[in-house]
Amino acid sequence: MVTSFPPRSPRPPGRARLVLASGAAALALAAGSVVPGNPFGPAPREAQAADGGSTLTVAVAQSVDSLSPFLAQRLLSTSIHRLMYDYLTNYDAKDSRTIPGLATEWETSADKLTWTYTIRGDSRWSDGEKATAEDAAWTFNKMMTDEGAATSNGSFVGNFKKVTAAGPDKLVIELKQPQATMTALDVPIVPKHVWEKVGDFSKFNNDTKFPVVGNGPFILTDYKVDSYVKLKANKDFWRGAPQFDELVFRYYKDQDAAVAALRKGEVSFVAGSPSLTPAQAASLKTADHVKVNDAPGRRFYALAANPGARTRDGEKFGDGHPALLDQKVRRALFMAVDRTTIIDKVFRGRAVEGEGYIPPRYDSYFWKPAAGQKLGHDPAKAGALLDRAGYRKNSAGKRVGKDGRPLDLRILCHATDPNDKAVGKYLQEWWGDLGVGLEVDCRDNVSDPWYAGEYDLAFDGWSVNPDPDFVMSIHTCAALPARAKESAATDNFICDEQYDDLYAKQLAEYDPAKRADLVKQMESRLYDTGYMNVMAYPNAVEAYRTDQIESITTMPSDAGNIFGQDGYWSWWSAVPAAGASDGSSDGGGSTGVLVGAGIAVVVLAGGGLLFAMRRRSTAEDRE
Amino acid sequence: MSTDSTPALLKGAAGADAVGADGPAPAGPSARGPRTRSTTAYLRHVAGKLAGAAVSLFAVLVTSFFLFRLIPGDPVKQMTGGRQVSTEQIVAMRREFGLDLPLWQQFTEYCGKALTGDFGTSYQFRAPVMDKISEALPATLLLTGTAFVIYTVIGIWLGARSAWRNGRAGDRFHTAFALTLYSVPSFWLGLLLIVTLSVGVGPIPGLFPTGGMESGNSSGFGHVLDVAHHLVLPVVTLVAVEYARTLLVMRSSLLDEMGSDYLTTARAKGLRDDLVRRRHAVPNAMLPTVTLLFVNLGNTVAGAILVETVFSWPGLGGLFYQALSVPDLPLVQALFFVFAAAVILMNTLADVIYPLLDPRVGR
Repeated sequence: MVTSFPPRSPRPPGRARLVLASGAAALALAAGSVVPGNPFGPAPREAQAADGGSTLTVAVAQSVDSLSPFLAQRLLSTSIHRLMYDYLTNYDAKDSRTIPGLATEWETSADKLTWTYTIRGDSRWSDGEKATAEDAAWTFNKMMTDEGAATSNGSFVGNFKKVTAAGPDKLVIELKQPQATMTALDVPIVPKHVWEKVGDFSKFNNDTKFPVVGNGPFILTDYKVDSYVKLKANKDFWRGAPQFDELVFRYYKDQDAAVAALRKGEVSFVAGSPSLTPAQAASLKTADHVKVNDAPGRRFYALAANPGARTRDGEKFGDGHPALLDQKVRRALFMAVDRTTIIDKVFRGRAVEGEGYIPPRYDSYFWKPAAGQKLGHDPAKAGALLDRAGYRKNSAGKRVGKDGRPLDLRILCHATDPNDKAVGKYLQEWWGDLGVGLEVDCRDNVSDPWYAGEYDLAFDGWSVNPDPDFVMSIHTCAALPARAKESAATDNFICDEQYDDLYAKQLAEYDPAKRADLVKQMESRLYDTGYMNVMAYPNAVEAYRTDQIESITTMPSDAGNIFGQDGYWSWWSAVPAAGASDGSSDGGGSTGVLVGAGIAVVVLAGGGLLFAMRRRSTAEDRE
Repeated sequence: MSTDSTPALLKGAAGADAVGADGPAPAGPSARGPRTRSTTAYLRHVAGKLAGAAVSLFAVLVTSFFLFRLIPGDPVKQMTGGRQVSTEQIVAMRREFGLDLPLWQQFTEYCGKALTGDFGTSYQFRAPVMDKISEALPATLLLTGTAFVIYTVIGIWLGARSAWRNGRAGDRFHTAFALTLYSVPSFWLGLLLIVTLSVGVGPIPGLFPTGGMESGNSSGFGHVLDVAHHLVLPVVTLVAVEYARTLLVMRSSLLDEMGSDYLTTARAKGLRDDLVRRRHAVPNAMLPTVTLLFVNLGNTVAGAILVETVFSWPGLGGLFYQALSVPDLPLVQALFFVFAAAVILMNTLADVIYPLLDPRVGR
């Protein structure tokens, strides 16, 4: 009934003009973007700063938690602090060995309890003051005496008894116990004369007054939450000025958008978090002026078996499967894993087959099992091991224990990690062939069941530092929780006397070669006990524009990662590409002008139409 | 609070009567008795709605505390995971965040502070949560507010047109087109726009920035233009996905009005069809759309998590996501409260305004 109204006037009503006008405005914005010199224009080719200097733009996704080195905990923030402040020591880009930083040399007392560092004389704060041992002593003392200042790096000073400056170039640290990690104190040293004015360290975020006084290769000049972090080159940096004049960390919350920005040339570098996906890497490999850096990373990717969760006092909790307490069962499970398939199919070749606990890039600590020790892929032997452990196959092909119950396990997986899910599917297949059932339990947040000890197996992984102390310490008895289900430093509730002995020895061993040997013995022990089994060392897959960055140092320098290095090597060493400043790499030039002209025509036509409509409407109103 | 707002409400009530007197409804008697009665009824209506809103806000306050404690995940472990921390540090953090206190004590402290507007300090950013929220709020309001204005205008206009030409090709096209866009995932559409209009494909050059709200190297008017340039694609995405709702509501409510006698009367008076629609049909069909408009307005504060993420827009949506992933309890509680409060306030506002638009409501 309502559909048969009399004919309508063809005249668009007044609101139509509004819509057309807003459309025209949008088109005008678009048109503006291709007109040279227009403020709407695309962001300047990123290798060139507004003032003509060279700019290196890095796409990042992680928000800054704090710009205070006393509070920052995230990778991006701590990486920025590496650029802003010098540390006592640094790690060689070539092989991650300790090299001088703010300290030029160091020596220990005969009782191993006193370390004396010589502070370099040629490091100046960006406000002109000289960096001295006094600054370093003040920084450490602040962390030792103020809980608010210990938030991010408190673990480094836990064993410190006293820190003093014996003159402007002598820093003396007295320890409670010997500590071999004293050349790996990754603590930013801050200028005392600036920071002693800070009131509450637990609330001061160092993000209100720019530029921020520092002595690293770059100086923080500007920061806008989730938009950008800007740094300029410190021309007076003692190791030499960086090649780029400006370094900008720009936010791209979506990794595909970041990859698009790299294609366009809006950014010079994309790291991905933690890596570019295989699809992104493949698409970038064919892009012009883009180099994909597919190189060994810092992480290991492992299977962890629950050894029976317990507190430091030995109180047991959780519900780990008792069958896993039998070493033969664990070994059988690991021997049924085909690592080659995991590398080829899951990581698409972008990983290295796992062996020892520490990745091969740290060659002084890298260990791999001897021929007789290795749990290689051998499903037949795995079956025999399970037979010996008392888990025989029944008529249905399922392994059953002596109590007649089938051997069904659970594995805790990170719902956000596609690798976990894919490997989980393979494990179901391989262990299923063995007669062992597996439920892959993927969760957004695995920490709750994990710390409650409510898992049988879990996918596990850590980034390893040049000094292995931390990743080794998380398997000691001391790391176990004080109370059941409470969060603690432990990774997998491992507590092994022999391992702990070795851990204590390596921490007190100041001879690098001897210490490395002890660390390798620990890795061997960890491998044999079989509660941790490393399946792969995933690569870092990242990409940069070769028309903006001519060269950049990876770590290790032969083949390694660019983002998240233990040091400032990548951004400090990056050389701007020669043709970077003319940089129209996306062919937006003449085509852009053509399309711009086209859009201008559309806008004019739209304007004409509006004008015509206005005329007609007034004519109608006159009727 | 109530003493402050009373004069405004009284004024509004008087306005309601004025509208009633001029509108198509029969003019109300000017005698003192009925007018006072209707004013009292309106005031009672407003007071009821305000009381309801206050109860809802309190319920939200309580819910926000308990809801996020049900999410699995220990904030301290989540924040320290993968990092070099000692057990002592973990204990210190739990103490600092007050997580070592019994739940009831955490709750009473939270409520007490929240009533004074203090929602605590963010675990991960070490800053007052209200500072973090006020930092991100302008970006969100700019994005969703701009989109809101555009999709409301487009939705109402196209909806009215479609209903008026119900069943014709134009109606079928607009409805189908809007529904298609409505069903498109916003992040996918956003990425598509980035690939085509930002990076450029074939002959199309890269016209717009890939993401963010600003280039960071402009100031003054140039900065305004720079932000506007960054604003185009996210707003287009939001408008494309959102305008269908307004269109459909407007269309169906206008369709309901189209058989009404007063339209026949208007035509009989010799009014042009356009004027019949604009001056008689559309105003009467606006009521359901106004409801939706206020709901949408309330939602603008909550931002658009997916669109904000794809376009790296530094707004509340992204902040909420980050807060949830820890979970950063003080931040997530405050955001939940702010989002819910915005919707409640807008709904209350709609309830308060209704009687002014339609005197039948609230009697």
